Formats: sequence, structure tokens, C-alpha cells
Amino acid sequence: MKKIIKYVIADILRNKIVLAYTAFLLVISLSVFNIEDNAGKGLLSLLNIILIIVPLVAVVFSTIYIYNSAEFIELLVSQPLRRKKIWISLFAGLSGSLSLAFFAGAGIPVMLYAPGATGLIMIVVGIFLSIIFVAIAMLAAVTTRDKAKGIGISILLWLYFSLLFDGLVVFILFQFQDYPLEKAMIAVSGLNPIDLGRILILLKMDISAMMGYTGAVFKDFFGTGTGFTISLLVMCCWMIVPTWLSLRKFNRKDL
Amino acid sequence: MIIASNVSKQFGKLKALNNVSVTCNKGECIALIGPNGSGKTTLIKSILGMVIPDNGFITFNGKNILHDWLYREFIGYMPQAGRYPENMTIGQVLDMMKDIRKKANSTQLDEELVNAFKLPGLLNKRMRTLSGGTRQKVSAALAFLFNPDVLILDEPTAGLDPLASEILKEKIIKQKQQGKLVLITSHILSDLDDLVTQIIYMQDGNLVFHKSIENLREDTGEHKLAKAIANLMMKN
Repeated sequence: MKKIIKYVIADILRNKIVLAYTAFLLVISLSVFNIEDNAGKGLLSLLNIILIIVPLVAVVFSTIYIYNSAEFIELLVSQPLRRKKIWISLFAGLSGSLSLAFFAGAGIPVMLYAPGATGLIMIVVGIFLSIIFVAIAMLAAVTTRDKAKGIGISILLWLYFSLLFDGLVVFILFQFQDYPLEKAMIAVSGLNPIDLGRILILLKMDISAMMGYTGAVFKDFFGTGTGFTISLLVMCCWMIVPTWLSLRKFNRKDL
Repeated sequence: MIIASNVSKQFGKLKALNNVSVTCNKGECIALIGPNGSGKTTLIKSILGMVIPDNGFITFNGKNILHDWLYREFIGYMPQAGRYPENMTIGQVLDMMKDIRKKANSTQLDEELVNAFKLPGLLNKRMRTLSGGTRQKVSAALAFLFNPDVLILDEPTAGLDPLASEILKEKIIKQKQQGKLVLITSHILSDLDDLVTQIIYMQDGNLVFHKSIENLREDTGEHKLAKAIANLMMKN
């Protein structure tokens, strides 16, 4: 398994997109921290950029990578290797290199300019989001044979998680504004890893007061140790469940 | 050695394999013959576990292959159109395969074909720049590299120049004499004449017959395989 991961990572590094992504993150985070005089403000600006870019790059790059490795996968499947190992190695290689890219591009500037708990949580959330969207991309790629369709599905999923979901939530809130939905919102936010990450970071920044009563309820839940642990566990589920589903599909796929 | 029992596979509406049962034993050289789209490649891919049959099962040395993967250690497979990671060089592909298939009790590598096809001179060429024939040479060299007990060759001579295809045929005969099982599909029947001992004829996903070549010659009264098959196709 280690051998396959080694070849996957070598292959990813060879096509230079991940290196460009690292440089891009580095430029953005350095310029954000240099423009804002206050490190906290810089972190907030960076947060908004990261929550859009990290999932997008992870999901699109991984989908395209899986389709482009069709030959590699075919070659490996006819060898004495378990399919499970091949798939997990691809997942590990992709999420490893994208997490590393995020850490080098955004994590290191954050540690330099805004060290502390908030910065640390932001790095963890960024790495988690990279891995989650690799898992989602692999599920999209294994579902359909058609490359264009697969990439379309993964872009739609990204659009859903980063824009449409919030719109839907706001819509529901307005429709049912006569009912107390604050507690239910905690459960709903678990349905979207990006929102979960955003809430975790915002609450650490102590600007939850700006979010009104819901913010107070969130603070009550996510601010505690248990709430924090539960939300990290939910994020882990977001990594494991899509990977497990895609693995099941891959095990039965005809190549 | 390989037993397929009632294997069926459907792709959408197309029945690629319909209740196919075959037994292949050691020391045989079996030709899979049939028109395009008759299910030859699907049968081969099912044996390799690349296609998972809807019905029926396949055993390798008495073990069901469904949840097994180690049996592929004993198989060398040469695909119809070898597809390789485009931005790897020939040398990297060869090294990677050696790395992946390396066993603790390292069996002797068989680099005869690598050298016969003059691949060492091309090691730095990227796979995407290769011609179809050179790609076939790489596929063939990889199939024979690990001294497998079973060789599965899907259209091995298609795209090879006469010299290379002669080298490959010599190699196949040598392997057959060593008592290995060789499964081969080809449309160039004249290539198969001096190789095969058994014929499997498939049509529309059905196994039409499985006979030894002597029986086939007796039945049709033709000596040449090409004529014998043509004779049978006319009768059908």
C-alpha cells in the first residue's frame, strides 16, 4: 500500500498543479496578513477565501485526477493487489498532498502572523475540508464513467455546499420564523462541512455576538468541549462516509 | 487450473457473456476465437477480476477468485490495448511493476522479451509518445516478466511488426513447452496454427464449442486452422 501511495504522490507532484495551488495560497495569505494591520482581521479575511477555494480546488483536482488515472488504476487492478488497497492509496495520496499543500501555503503564514488557538483551528479545519472534498470527489468520480459528467457533478456538489445550502437554510428560517429553530440549526449545520468549519472558527474569534440569538445558542453548544468534539467527529464522518461509499462502488466496478 | 462455471455478464441490454463454462488446464495453449463483440475480452477480464460477473463463479487452482487477489500473482496479462500512465517513462513503468510484484522469495525475472524488443534503449521515453506497436511490446514484456504460470494474451500480435510478432510467438511456444497455461485471443488465425492445442469458439456471448485442435481438424477435414474455422462459421 505504501508503494502505491508513493507512486500516486510522485505523480501528483509531477503535474505541478498542486505546486501552483500552494504558491497561490501562499501569495493570498501573505498579502492578506500584510494588508490588514490587525492579525485577527487578516484571519477573518483569509477564512472567507479559504472556505471557498480549498473545497473547490480539492474537489475539482481530485475528480480530474481520478479520471486521468483510469489507465493507472486499470493497470493496478490486473496485478495481485486488493482493490480496497488501490482505492485507499489513491485517497491517501490525494488527501495527503492537498493537505500538505494547504499547510505549506496557508498554514505556515497563519502560524507566523496569527499564532494561537484560532489559527490552529483554522489550519485543522482547512486540512479537514481538503480531505472531505477529496472523499466527495472520489465518490463523484466512481459513480459515473463519463468524465464531463463526473466533473460536473463534483462542481455542482461544491456549489451546493458553499452557496446553495446556505440559501436553503435562510429560506427555511424565513418560512418558519415563528418557531424556535435555533437548536435545530445546530443539527442542520452538521449537514454541511463548510458551515461547520466556519462556525468553529468564528466562535473561536469571539464575534458570535454579531450572529444574534442563534449565535448565542451556537456558542452554548460549539463553545463547550463536548460540542467542539462532536463537531470534529461529524467532520470525520464527512471523510469516512463518502470514502466508504466510493470504496463499495469501486469494489464492484467493471474496468 | 481455471474453471469458469455458468458465468454471465450483462452490460446494459447487451449480454456479453451468457452462461459460459470453461475449464483450462496446465500445459494447454487455448485459443479464444470469435467475431468482434462475442465476449472474448469480457471472459478474459472476468478471469482477471477486472469485470465482476453477474452470475456464476470462476475458480483459480480450486479457489473462488471473487474475494481473492493473490491469485493474480500467477497470471501475466497482456491487454488488447495497453493503457499506461501517460507521463511515466517505460523505465518507470517497468520499475513500478517490479516494485509492486516483488515477492519475498524473489522469483527470477524473465527479461528475455525486454531485451529482445530492445526496450532498454527506450527506457527514457514517455508512454504518451510511444507508437501502438511499442506499447504492445511493453505490454508483452510486462506479461512475461514475472515468470507467471498462466499467460493471458489479448490480441498479442495486433500492431506488432513481423519480426516482433515472430519473437513473441517463439516465446509463447517456449512457455507452452514449460507446461504453462496460455490463453490467447486473436483474429489472425494463421498466427495461431503452430501455437494452440485447444480452441474455444464464442459467438454473441455464448460458448459454441471447446475442442482440441485434432478433433477440430478431424471434424472439418481441414488442416489449416483458418480454413477449419471458416468451414465451421459457414455451417453455423
